[in-house]
Amino acid sequence: MDSTQAIYDGLKDAGVDFIVSVPCVNLSKLLNMIDDDPEITHIPVTREEEGIGICAGAYLGGKRTAILMQNSGLGNSINALKSLMELYEFPLLMIMSHRGTEGESICGQVPMGESTPQILEAMDFSFYTPATPEEAYDKIRLAWEMSEDDGKPVSILLEIKYW
Amino acid sequence: MARYEAIKEIMESIDDELVICNIGFPSRELYEIDDRSENFYMIGSMGLASSIGFGLAMAKPNKDVVVIDGDGSLLMNMGSLVTIFANNPSNLTWIVIDNGAYGSTGNQDTYAQKIDLVDVAKGVGFKNSFDFAEINLNDAIRSDDASFIVYKTEPGNSNSPIIDLDPITIKERFMSSI
Repeated sequence: MDSTQAIYDGLKDAGVDFIVSVPCVNLSKLLNMIDDDPEITHIPVTREEEGIGICAGAYLGGKRTAILMQNSGLGNSINALKSLMELYEFPLLMIMSHRGTEGESICGQVPMGESTPQILEAMDFSFYTPATPEEAYDKIRLAWEMSEDDGKPVSILLEIKYW
Repeated sequence: MARYEAIKEIMESIDDELVICNIGFPSRELYEIDDRSENFYMIGSMGLASSIGFGLAMAKPNKDVVVIDGDGSLLMNMGSLVTIFANNPSNLTWIVIDNGAYGSTGNQDTYAQKIDLVDVAKGVGFKNSFDFAEINLNDAIRSDDASFIVYKTEPGNSNSPIIDLDPITIKERFMSSI
């Protein structure tokens, strides 16, 4: 199974129909697939925190929402994830390209990359680090319902070696 | 005249529109003036009123959405001007009550005192960027483009109490009203 196709199929099977994004080179193929899908509303945003608010609004309007971003965007969104999404129990799928992991060539990605899992733990948010496309598909497919049950965002961290 | 009177005047034009209201005193004042299921009161995430309203407007193109925002909150999320302009949801009306102050934290000055927010939105490209005093709000709500409206007021808060609804109730009754 192709690494990008697995994520796309997982999102589709989860019923996700509204996606906001800040791009990552590792997500570029996925972003193109989403743009070509008439069933998915795709809104590129200027900053991830803004995207969190947009997803909250779209959920109020009946959509199943996801954000596609680098893990750096987690840092840009922490307050909104807590004082909007968790406070009101908004579900959300966070599909993150996890930079700064094994194989990273850009040193600037490393500090945030190393801290990302600990930040999610400290936030008490569930997250998964699938090693294979099959595992990614399975986790993403089920993550929306899990997020609804948790009343919190659920994250999928896609390390460099995943691709 | 301060924000309380501005919200009162805005709500006189509201019928069945969905209203997203900014955190702090704006939501407390709206709750006191005209509590309704179609109001979403923000209790956290300062800056995101316009983003929430925009997401809702995109998800519900057949419903009119009105955002009651503030100048300090707008300054915290200026990128929202660009995202909303670029997508131009015709059913979104974004009202910024500009009192030049961070009202809920003690009326500290904002930089909005030094700029003209109507001009800023025009500069981004908004066709509908207006001073509230010069337009009819219902015309803006019905317009075929997204509208950005600045309502200039003096700083100052009312004595409106803290909202006694829990966040989940605010969300659930809002969703069931749609």
